[in-house]
Amino acid sequence: MTSAEIKKEILDILEAIAPDENLTDLKDEVNFRDQIELDSMDFLDIVMELRKRHRIQIPEEDYEQLASMKSTVIYLEPMMKDVVA
Amino acid sequence: MIRVPPSLQRIVITGVGLTSPNGNNLATYREALLSGTSGVDRYHIRYVGDTLAGECNFDELKYQRRRELRRGTRAGSVGIYSAREAVADAGIDWDVIDRSRVGVYVGVTEHGNVETENEIYEIKGFDYDTSVWSHHHNPRTVANNPAGEITLNMGITGPHYTLGAACAAGNAGIIQGAQMLQLGECDQALAGGVSESIRTFGIFAGFASQGALAAHQDPAAASRPFDQDRSGIVVAEGGCLFVLERYADAAARGARIYGELAGYAMNSDASDFVLPNPDEQARCMRMALDRAGLGADQIDLVSTHATATPSGDVQECAALRSVFFNPSGPAGGGSANPEMLINNTKSFIGHAMGAAGALELAGNLPSFDDGVCHPTINVDRLDPQCDLPGLVLNEPREVKSVRTILNNSFGMLGINSVVIIKKV
Repeated sequence: MTSAEIKKEILDILEAIAPDENLTDLKDEVNFRDQIELDSMDFLDIVMELRKRHRIQIPEEDYEQLASMKSTVIYLEPMMKDVVA
Repeated sequence: MIRVPPSLQRIVITGVGLTSPNGNNLATYREALLSGTSGVDRYHIRYVGDTLAGECNFDELKYQRRRELRRGTRAGSVGIYSAREAVADAGIDWDVIDRSRVGVYVGVTEHGNVETENEIYEIKGFDYDTSVWSHHHNPRTVANNPAGEITLNMGITGPHYTLGAACAAGNAGIIQGAQMLQLGECDQALAGGVSESIRTFGIFAGFASQGALAAHQDPAAASRPFDQDRSGIVVAEGGCLFVLERYADAAARGARIYGELAGYAMNSDASDFVLPNPDEQARCMRMALDRAGLGADQIDLVSTHATATPSGDVQECAALRSVFFNPSGPAGGGSANPEMLINNTKSFIGHAMGAAGALELAGNLPSFDDGVCHPTINVDRLDPQCDLPGLVLNEPREVKSVRTILNNSFGMLGINSVVIIKKV
């Protein structure tokens, strides 16, 4: 997956996790939690979805890398470079 | 503990919120019961396949966001809908009342089976890799979940819990709510029962294995308590929560009062896992009558529990015979008021499990005002063993005056509950 494809995948996951939110104006550099309602259980949902969809295991100490879209994509790029979109 | 003087021990119903397979508020539900409208339909669930069920179709988004729906349980949604509707019906100004003084007491037949089945189904797709087991599983399956979701949704900081009482749970919730009001633990009790059981294949498979799952070409004719051609239970979902208040509080605020809790009782058969025991059912009814200070001849309407299993229907009728048609019976015996009528709600909606007792009571409450007793439908060939005087079959019947309703609700492991409501 390219970074653009990873971003699209994360948006797809967020749509399911935060179905009441409008994600069209989501800013890549700003923390998700400062833009939409997400709590710790929701973040675990992101981790879970990546595990289910792509068998990606994200260790707990790396959860902070999922704070914003930009940091998430940067973090996931090496793990998902071989994933076919 | 706040001590409540005896003068404040009278408990009344001031609000009704419900969702039933044939109605999403009391008015439409009552209309369905009077017009003979069933809520049973064809239903499909994984592994079991095509079957029948009573499914509710209330607007989940009326009181919950999609985010809450995703995270919570169906029982939670049923509870939230019922609780919000009950509070609105009671005319309580929710923004003004002290929500730390609201208690939530929700009867459940079971809780957690739906969510556990879903997770096992999910991990099956991952060769049973438990690392994809949801972190939502525990908060969804803790036994207090349906009541807890109500408090989260409504900002209630008073006590909440569920009462696991099999199919006696609806009455058990009402009884618990009343007791907590009498103890001064809360000022408003949201009390009754909910069920999400049709979302678990296990309950269908379990009843089928027991030979107790209804089947019929016509879904509306499938639930047939007291009928010789009954084939078993139609599983239903539903919820019914009442706003209960102390009479003095309700009167002070000018609340509409549906009825007063005149008496109640719960006891145990101690005889079998599934088979009912008419002696203990009868004792439970007598205890409730004693506590209400009423004789058997002072009950105007009996709402039966009968589920359309041969043993259950016949045993309850034996218990009713012992209490109401047995002048030489124990404790002076019982002779029913010749005008007393008997009906059954499961014939319309199936067995709403934890919600059954509360829903069945709710559907009869309007009879205090409209003087009509809704029937038991689907009785084409009455089982002679269930041929009790006053059974209202297939068509509603006008009553001279309904002043008291006795509501039976019994469950597996021999749990019995009886609630008596009187007109205020």
